[in-house]
Amino acid sequence: MQTARSRALRGLRGAAVSAALVVCCTSPGPPAAASKPGAGSVRAAAGTAGSPVAASAAAPAQARGRQATCDAPEASLRPSGKSGPAVKRIRKRGMLIAGVDQNSYRWGYRDPATGEFAGFDIDLVRAVAKEVLGDPDKVLYRPVRTNQRIPALLGGKVDLIARTMTINCDRIGHVAFSTVYFVAGQQVLAPKGSPVKGFDDTLRGRTVCTARGSTGATELAEETHDADVRLVADQLDCLVLLQLGRVDAVITDNALAAGQAAQDPTVELVGEPFTREPYGLAMRPGDEDLVRRVNKVLKAYRKGGADSPWSKAYDRWLKDDLRGVTGPPKAKYRDRPRTTPHTGTAER
Amino acid sequence: MAQPPSGGRGIHGLTGNSASGPGRATLPLPGSGPHATGLPRQGGGSGTDPAAGPGAAGAKGAGRLRRATTEPGRLRALGTLLAVLILGFGTITAWQVSDREAAAAQVAGRSERLCANAAGIHRALADADTTAAAGFLAGGAWPRSVRERYLRDIDTASALLVEAAADGGAPDSASRAVAELNEQLPRYTGLVEQARANHRQGLPLGGAYLRYAHDRMRSELLRAAEELYALRATRLEAERSRAEARPWPALGAGAVVLVALLAVQSRDRRRTKRILNLGLLSATLASVAALAWLAAGHESARSRLSDDGGPASRSVRLIDEARIQALQAGGDESLTYVAGGSVPTRDGEDFYEASYRERMTRLTGDVRGSGAGDGSILARAGQSADDAEGRRHVRAAVADAAEWRERHAAARTKDEAGDHAGALAQVIGDGPTTRESSDRVDTALSAALGHERLELREAAGSARDMLGELPLGAALLTSIATVCALLGIGRRLAEYR
Repeated sequence: MQTARSRALRGLRGAAVSAALVVCCTSPGPPAAASKPGAGSVRAAAGTAGSPVAASAAAPAQARGRQATCDAPEASLRPSGKSGPAVKRIRKRGMLIAGVDQNSYRWGYRDPATGEFAGFDIDLVRAVAKEVLGDPDKVLYRPVRTNQRIPALLGGKVDLIARTMTINCDRIGHVAFSTVYFVAGQQVLAPKGSPVKGFDDTLRGRTVCTARGSTGATELAEETHDADVRLVADQLDCLVLLQLGRVDAVITDNALAAGQAAQDPTVELVGEPFTREPYGLAMRPGDEDLVRRVNKVLKAYRKGGADSPWSKAYDRWLKDDLRGVTGPPKAKYRDRPRTTPHTGTAER
Repeated sequence: MAQPPSGGRGIHGLTGNSASGPGRATLPLPGSGPHATGLPRQGGGSGTDPAAGPGAAGAKGAGRLRRATTEPGRLRALGTLLAVLILGFGTITAWQVSDREAAAAQVAGRSERLCANAAGIHRALADADTTAAAGFLAGGAWPRSVRERYLRDIDTASALLVEAAADGGAPDSASRAVAELNEQLPRYTGLVEQARANHRQGLPLGGAYLRYAHDRMRSELLRAAEELYALRATRLEAERSRAEARPWPALGAGAVVLVALLAVQSRDRRRTKRILNLGLLSATLASVAALAWLAAGHESARSRLSDDGGPASRSVRLIDEARIQALQAGGDESLTYVAGGSVPTRDGEDFYEASYRERMTRLTGDVRGSGAGDGSILARAGQSADDAEGRRHVRAAVADAAEWRERHAAARTKDEAGDHAGALAQVIGDGPTTRESSDRVDTALSAALGHERLELREAAGSARDMLGELPLGAALLTSIATVCALLGIGRRLAEYR
């Protein structure tokens, strides 16, 4: 797939043509299904249908009516310190198994120098391990790919997923989320001083980069603002292309974009987030006691204003590049678990 | 063509004017001896009359036409025909054999060298890529040995590219591939340095750069190197086929000459009741010798080229292909750890891990006992190796590759269980690592390659030597045959004086 794309590119330098080709060659699904009439080409067909991740990883505003609707997806079970079967299982094992990302700088990544995991998500996992096992180091980190998050969880490979995972109506049928610990949104990343000012008409005629199957790709399929779209395997590949001058801007969620900006001081987030993506830790629906326990951890994590663990983690990992965040999101609760969890998987 | 009028008597033609003037040599001149005996060497008299030649020449033109229907005229025509046929046979033989000799020399020399040069470029590039990835896994700074190996690979690739460009000849697909490689190589090294710089600062961006560099390597550089290799290998194979091709026109011409000589002798016997014409008989023997030499000489060269050179050439291609797969599998293996699963295939697998498995399957198939799986590259290379040493090297490579796969699987299991450091130690650490296995595979394949290349060069070299004296020999023998045939005809002509 990579080869086909680069060959196509070598031959056809014209930005519009090549972007159209890239999309055609790389998107597995039927093209242009979601393309806006009048956008004039297949450029916007950023591979949503047929892409394994898109169905649920891409979860933009329900307001558009494309997603399943549901009752208060962000409301989670009330916190409790009571130990049930899930907590006992983890204690018996003496190790919390967490599914994490290893490539998202500042969120979940492996420090190249030490080989250790670090980031905002990792700090959360450590806090959970401290609560459940009394030791933040008793964690087995298992890298899971975006499209493997739900299968890894339901298949019993991990106790929880801490991996910039958006709570949405598609997913709450399969997994149980903690309360929201961060609210991100899709945003544009561009070089400082770039004419690109946000997800708007300043993108006209520019080339924008986003990860294949991501929310960004879905959004661009809806509305390109007349930009050419370049799809890559991983969001960080966009920063490489940006530095090499092959794309003009990157669209990704601002949490990840902050990680990119942290690696390159000459780029910055521009404009406002144009989607709302609440992050939660995901667990198995049956592990009710663990969900409540994690919510207890999160409750304590938020507490204390500027001195709260949440604020300290924010200051350490995100503050420099992700401004405009005043504090942790408020928790929403429900008393009873959701009924009829689906048995199938939304993600492969 | 200098034909002194006095040379009219056939016997003198033997010493006086070689075979160069077939038409004229048969002309009976007024000064020729009026009679002849049956035995050529006995006609010692040479009735030279310097005045007769030029004087007779003017009248002869008209006379010749008249005489064409007479027996002497027919004899002259036959003599001319025989001379043309025999000399034609000699010329075609010399030309066709020289062509095959030149082709064999190419197989033993330049073409083979160019083919090895292209394989060397591919190897150096693929190894550089794998080494760069291994350097990444070692942490922030590359270990000295890794850095040196990487630089050595790049230097080797550059030097071989210079050679390839110098040897490229006219602008063609091969020189375009070389130009493409020359253009892309500095870009690649630039990307690797960017990757290193970011990696040293502890930024995951370094890994993204490395993946980008690797992608360029795969889709641009290695693709061009493969193209170059395919072109060179195709040419080498074409040269071998050219050297092998039976020289049918020459063989056919030889057969025609023999038939013509026999027919003329049979006619001669019918007309003169003489059993032997020594000149024609000698011509026949010389032609038979030339034809036999041609047939036997080329056949033995051909058997050397196809029985020894053929398998060796196939082996070289298979082993080159095996090396390509093994080296790139090594790159995929390292990239699996660099990318950390950030590049999935459509089936949700890790792209690099899937690519590793595919390459290794292509390389060895399912290893059973000490043999590679049916249809795999190494299984075919084992079949193609036609001696014990060649097979031994291939078996060693199969065993090392099997061990590599086991070690790889063990490391993957560790990594998937969350023990990243433990997995890395099994990939690039000290002791029994996958990197060590892959290096051993490469060493075994390199030994196998050296062996098969030597066999190919030797086979082609001896084929070249076998053909080496044939063109001159054929020229000599056919010249003798021509002269003898003319003498034989001249003897009969002399009887009409």
